Amino acid sequence: MADKRERDEVTGTDTTGHEWDGIKELDTPLPRWWLYIFYASILVSVVYWVLMPAWPMVNGYTKGILGFSDRVNVAADIRDLQSARTPMFERLANASATDIAADPELQEFARAAGESVFGDYCRTCHGAGGAGAPGYPVLADDVWIWGGSMADIEHTLRVGIRADHPDTRTSMMPAFGRDNLLTPAQIGDVTEFVISISAANSRLDANNGAAARGAVIYQEQCAACHGVSGAGDRAFGAPSLVDDLWLYGGSREEIRRQIELGRGGVMPSWEARFDSGTLRALAYYVHEMGGGEPDAPAAPPATTDAAAPAPTQDAPAAAPLR
Amino acid sequence: MTAAVGKQEWRIDALAILAIIVLGAFYALWGAAHATDRAFAIQMWTALAAFLFGGAMLIGSVVRPNPADRESRYENGVIKAGVIASMFWGIAGFLVGVIIAAQLALPNIFYFEDFGWLNFGRLRPLHTNAVIFAFGGNVLIATSFYVVQRTCRARLAGGLWSWFVFWGFQLVIVLAGTGYLLGITQGREYAELPWYTDIWLTIVWVAYLLVFLGTIWKRQEKHIYVANWFYLAFIVTIAMLHIVNNLAVPVSFSGWFSYSLFSGVQDALTQWWYGHNAVGFFLTAGFLGIMYYFIPKQADRPVYSYRLSIIHFWALIFLYIWAGPHHLHYTALPQWAQSLGATFSIMLWMPSWGGMINGLMTLSGAWDKLRTDPVLRMLVVSVAFYGMSTFEGPVMSIRAVNSLSHYTDWTIGHVHSGALGWVAFVSFGALYCLTMWLWKKRQVSHALVEWHFWLSTLGIVLYITSMWVAGIMQGLMWRAYNEFGFLEYSFVETVEAMHPYYLIRALGGVLFLVGALIMAYNLWRTATGKDPAVERAADVPAQAVAAE
Repeated sequence: MADKRERDEVTGTDTTGHEWDGIKELDTPLPRWWLYIFYASILVSVVYWVLMPAWPMVNGYTKGILGFSDRVNVAADIRDLQSARTPMFERLANASATDIAADPELQEFARAAGESVFGDYCRTCHGAGGAGAPGYPVLADDVWIWGGSMADIEHTLRVGIRADHPDTRTSMMPAFGRDNLLTPAQIGDVTEFVISISAANSRLDANNGAAARGAVIYQEQCAACHGVSGAGDRAFGAPSLVDDLWLYGGSREEIRRQIELGRGGVMPSWEARFDSGTLRALAYYVHEMGGGEPDAPAAPPATTDAAAPAPTQDAPAAAPLR
Repeated sequence: MTAAVGKQEWRIDALAILAIIVLGAFYALWGAAHATDRAFAIQMWTALAAFLFGGAMLIGSVVRPNPADRESRYENGVIKAGVIASMFWGIAGFLVGVIIAAQLALPNIFYFEDFGWLNFGRLRPLHTNAVIFAFGGNVLIATSFYVVQRTCRARLAGGLWSWFVFWGFQLVIVLAGTGYLLGITQGREYAELPWYTDIWLTIVWVAYLLVFLGTIWKRQEKHIYVANWFYLAFIVTIAMLHIVNNLAVPVSFSGWFSYSLFSGVQDALTQWWYGHNAVGFFLTAGFLGIMYYFIPKQADRPVYSYRLSIIHFWALIFLYIWAGPHHLHYTALPQWAQSLGATFSIMLWMPSWGGMINGLMTLSGAWDKLRTDPVLRMLVVSVAFYGMSTFEGPVMSIRAVNSLSHYTDWTIGHVHSGALGWVAFVSFGALYCLTMWLWKKRQVSHALVEWHFWLSTLGIVLYITSMWVAGIMQGLMWRAYNEFGFLEYSFVETVEAMHPYYLIRALGGVLFLVGALIMAYNLWRTATGKDPAVERAADVPAQAVAAE
């Protein structure tokens, strides 16, 4: 190694005289701007340590002269939020759809709370604005499987559908094809009959002969739930077959597939998850999506539970989450 | 005298390595026989096969040593192997990255219902570990072995031990990668390796440290070159970080599961002390070692400032180790620790930039070479990305900024501007150089290097800009409240909003991967080409061999 300082022609700076595998080093002083910014960043840090909690000590830590504490601030923020919201939720818990509609302030709050909860818990399946998806009912139209009054909707939210709540709404369509309850030919006939009584007939044009054979099978196997005319029955959660709205798709093949498989979705019970005010807000929000029905004066048997004083925070004991 | 001493040295090395292999093989066999779960059994059979393969190679190399190894002044074979392994693991890692980017962008197409082990949760650690440790690690080991020999004018110490380091490290990679696919993980980011692979890595790493130190010890230069300071800091600190962060109690010696020695917020802080310093010492210090050798070498210019290298080295080493808590802002971590993490990150800005200044300013008088030498351009652009990331990092560590950026894709963009722009580009530059220098061939195609450079650069720009936009938008959407204190957006709305940016990101990844494939083809053509280049003076067997 040559310990010889030499002048670099290009920069006019001396080298250090070291050389490794042909690599030399210039003896350039530290760039001033670099050094000053480095000093400044140290100064900023020291100031920050004086102002804010920073250094651990034997007992505790340096609190900083500003007395700033994340935890204190967050606790205060949460307290403020709760003190603003709690009275609103209490009012909501005892308000009917009409009461809410009559009180603009409460209505706005219910919409905001409902939209927020819907976005995080419902939207993933039911879609933005309740637009629905195959297997997940549209909430924005006026067709309801289990009832569309606010009481009905809230009850559905509380107990869920085929959920683990003891009073959950439940029904099961047989899988006529998978379980060999009907032959493929019979299923074809029933498919044609279902098309023939539905509004889909205009686009799918049912085969009359097959539909006539299917009518007989329909009356034996399907009418008990879906009704003699196919109008459906909310007591069983049996959808109407006379309209042209299909939970699992409205093509001939999709209708047939549903008769074969008898699929039924699951919606969780939300009673243990939310307090009464939140559930009321969510029910109101869904009710307002486009197709909410007025509350019936005489509630059907299924909705009496909802009208009864509902358990709120204590509910988990009754409906343990799996 | 030389022959006798040399031979005996080799035999001791071979015996010691053989002992490790035999012990490892017995443990693997015992573990496979008594495995408490199937995944562990598969890992142990894999390890056993590797040990048997290693034993066969060891015996082969002792019985029939490669004469070329004895004649050359430096140990080059292990570095050549490292170049090949780097390129192989690099492409594997980039490919997995593209796949998981596609899974995020188009989940309906790339969700494999019947192959659960190919889904995001398992592929993500496979990607991060493949690019950081398999690609980056092999590049670091190979370049450090190259640089330490040349700048110390000494052959690698320890004879066969450098080969033990190389193959031992490949075994770590294989056990890690197959383990992640089998669902084996400690659940610690960038430290997912289970306890037995951790122990094996520790053995390999200590051997690496000793080989490196031994070579420095017998150097024929008075001073230690700056690149070696950085390599040594990298090796020593990674050893410390790895051991402390992975202290754990296995549930069974014949099963993969273990419990961390730490719990709660201490565990989290230990993990991010490790995690951030893996960035600092693996991805920064180690690659600065590469930069300090390959840029002056390729530019044929002296290093800009010796004084700056001293100051920024020690400042970097001292400050980096404190910065980890900035990964845990606004968590259960006490606020005082967050303050320290943020302020030390800010103080780290200039020490990081010292390396950038030294890299860029070394080109004084050689800027024109950027036009004609795409390899040098790659090295220099890597330093520019390094400067950008090491500015972005301190900014993101400020608590107020972090409250927006944390958990968003901004972080992912930041990581990739460093990983693709800095780490990968400086590695690519070094690998191009090493292929020409080790195989003593001229670069086959400058045009292909240009294609690689521009495709990769475009890929990086698409990646980081899309992630900036996505991340900042995501952060703003998450924190938007309405007048009643309810969140303005649901989580799924923020996911929907990410979609176009995820597509752009995946496209950027594809471009980067294509660039790397072009590079691999070019390196292969170069190494196997018939076009010998002029030998580098320092590589010619010199009087030093006789003196040994």
